[in-house]
Amino acid sequence: MLELQGVSRLFGGLAALNTVNMTVNAGKVVGLIGPNGAGKTTLINCVSGLDHPTSGVIHFDGVEIQNKAPHQITALGLGRTYQNIRLFGDLTVLENVIIAQHQHGKANLLDSLFQSPRHRREFKQQVERAFELLKRFHLDSFSDSRAGGLPYGDQRRLEMARAVATAPRLILLDEPTAGMNPVETHEFGEQILKLRDDGLTLLVIEHDMALISQVCDEVYVLNFGEMIANGTVDAIKQNQDVIEAYLGRED
Amino acid sequence: MDAVFDFLAPVGLNETNFQFMLIAAILGCSIYVTLYGGMFSLANAGFMAIGTYVSVVLTQRYDWPFVPAIIAGMVAGGLIAIIVGLPVLRLSDIYLAIATIGFGEVVVVLIRNFDRIYEEIFDKKIEITGGGKGIKNIPVTTDTLHLIIFLLIVVYFLYRMQHSRFGRALAAIRQDETVAANLGINVVYYKNVAFIIGAMIAAGAGGLSGHLNRVIEPDDYDFDRAVDILTYAVLGGTTFFIGPVVGGMVLRYLPELLRRLKVLSFVGSIVGRDLTNEQAAVDGIINGIVLILFIVYLPGGLADPQLWKSLYRRLRPNNTQKGAP
Repeated sequence: MLELQGVSRLFGGLAALNTVNMTVNAGKVVGLIGPNGAGKTTLINCVSGLDHPTSGVIHFDGVEIQNKAPHQITALGLGRTYQNIRLFGDLTVLENVIIAQHQHGKANLLDSLFQSPRHRREFKQQVERAFELLKRFHLDSFSDSRAGGLPYGDQRRLEMARAVATAPRLILLDEPTAGMNPVETHEFGEQILKLRDDGLTLLVIEHDMALISQVCDEVYVLNFGEMIANGTVDAIKQNQDVIEAYLGRED
Repeated sequence: MDAVFDFLAPVGLNETNFQFMLIAAILGCSIYVTLYGGMFSLANAGFMAIGTYVSVVLTQRYDWPFVPAIIAGMVAGGLIAIIVGLPVLRLSDIYLAIATIGFGEVVVVLIRNFDRIYEEIFDKKIEITGGGKGIKNIPVTTDTLHLIIFLLIVVYFLYRMQHSRFGRALAAIRQDETVAANLGINVVYYKNVAFIIGAMIAAGAGGLSGHLNRVIEPDDYDFDRAVDILTYAVLGGTTFFIGPVVGGMVLRYLPELLRRLKVLSFVGSIVGRDLTNEQAAVDGIINGIVLILFIVYLPGGLADPQLWKSLYRRLRPNNTQKGAP
């Protein structure tokens, strides 16, 4: 579904990503781990169009996306969350999820000026779908609250709901459980598995190995911009290069 | 109508003042559209100048009827906004402000020198914009009803915009452009459309004010005007559609009220100087003070629904017993 071939991203002389190859197959949950500064966020910024690789090719469902704008990539069916929560803090929870359905709407300015049936029908559908999603992520009771005023864990879940609202086939999660306690993290893992069971594909960046073991079918390991290993969770845990990258070498 | 203004005359509100208050309200709306999308653009004085000159030149020099001339002015503003917006809207924050101030100055200089430039290029003397002296003896064709209708259309537009797919996209862009793009919103497109709409509203206000003033001069549309327009929106509030209307009207009325209350001669008598001829300078001082006070103490503006809700809650009797669940 997602394929990176020889992707490099140079910042001046520094290679944040160095000829990275990676494949995410449909219907799987794939983990991406690595020490801080390994280039994980750069990688998913390149995939979601916020950044563009210096060289290399990224295919999403057979379409080359490395030079496309973010909204074009979203239209192809790719959603994401952010390492630092980036909700529309001044808007309500409901509005956050409605805005995410933007690309599925067709109502233009004239429709809303004249309150055309299309505008009203579309808005009603979007509100219904938003409530469905909020219920799924246990946020429906906060629908009219300011998104910025929610507790931390709820903000994380709202960001996830907002990403799902764009109706993606692949979701990129950038450290989705950062700052959550183990119980919340486990519940969040259940949500990820539920999404996978619904037919979504997920790429999860995470430091929490408990979550990685809980949800991932396959794990890639990035270190200093290079992909040093990939395989099942158990294989990665035994991999000598990976242990070295995290803990250093024994002299 | 006349009876209303006779009644209001003691507080300095006659029909002419009211007309300029309506113009100010429309101008406030024009910058509200771009601010709603998070764009700090000060180009609206320039677009106002374009609207004024295009429509006045059409009615005065080419004998166009009034309404088509106003619409032509708006279209001209919109077309120039397309050309200016594409490069300029790649900038954000203070850089966008500086670039749009530059645009306004360029418009003023071009208008002032239009006849001369034309003469240089085509070797033929013409009188279109009238240079620095402007255009004089314009018959007053705009009446209060025109202004009220135009303002109502604009306000209706802003009201609907807030609850439309277009308005939500702009709100998203204002809050976080990157995230908006990742949620599938074509940021460049929406910013440009908002910029064009704002420009057309400003150009419309310009056309209407041009036929209200008898005289138009290029200097009426310089940096001071751009800041005035910004002040209208900031005073009223930039996230609720009534804001710019309230802001424009209040701020345009304030100097009249002060004049009526003879504040200037009172202050003049204290400092021992005659200040009654310094009205323009005093207006500038008032605008500056109002801008600072509102940004510091009432960032939501006068028409912020949150402000009035909390005020109502505080003033309501027995609120502690009834309000608590």
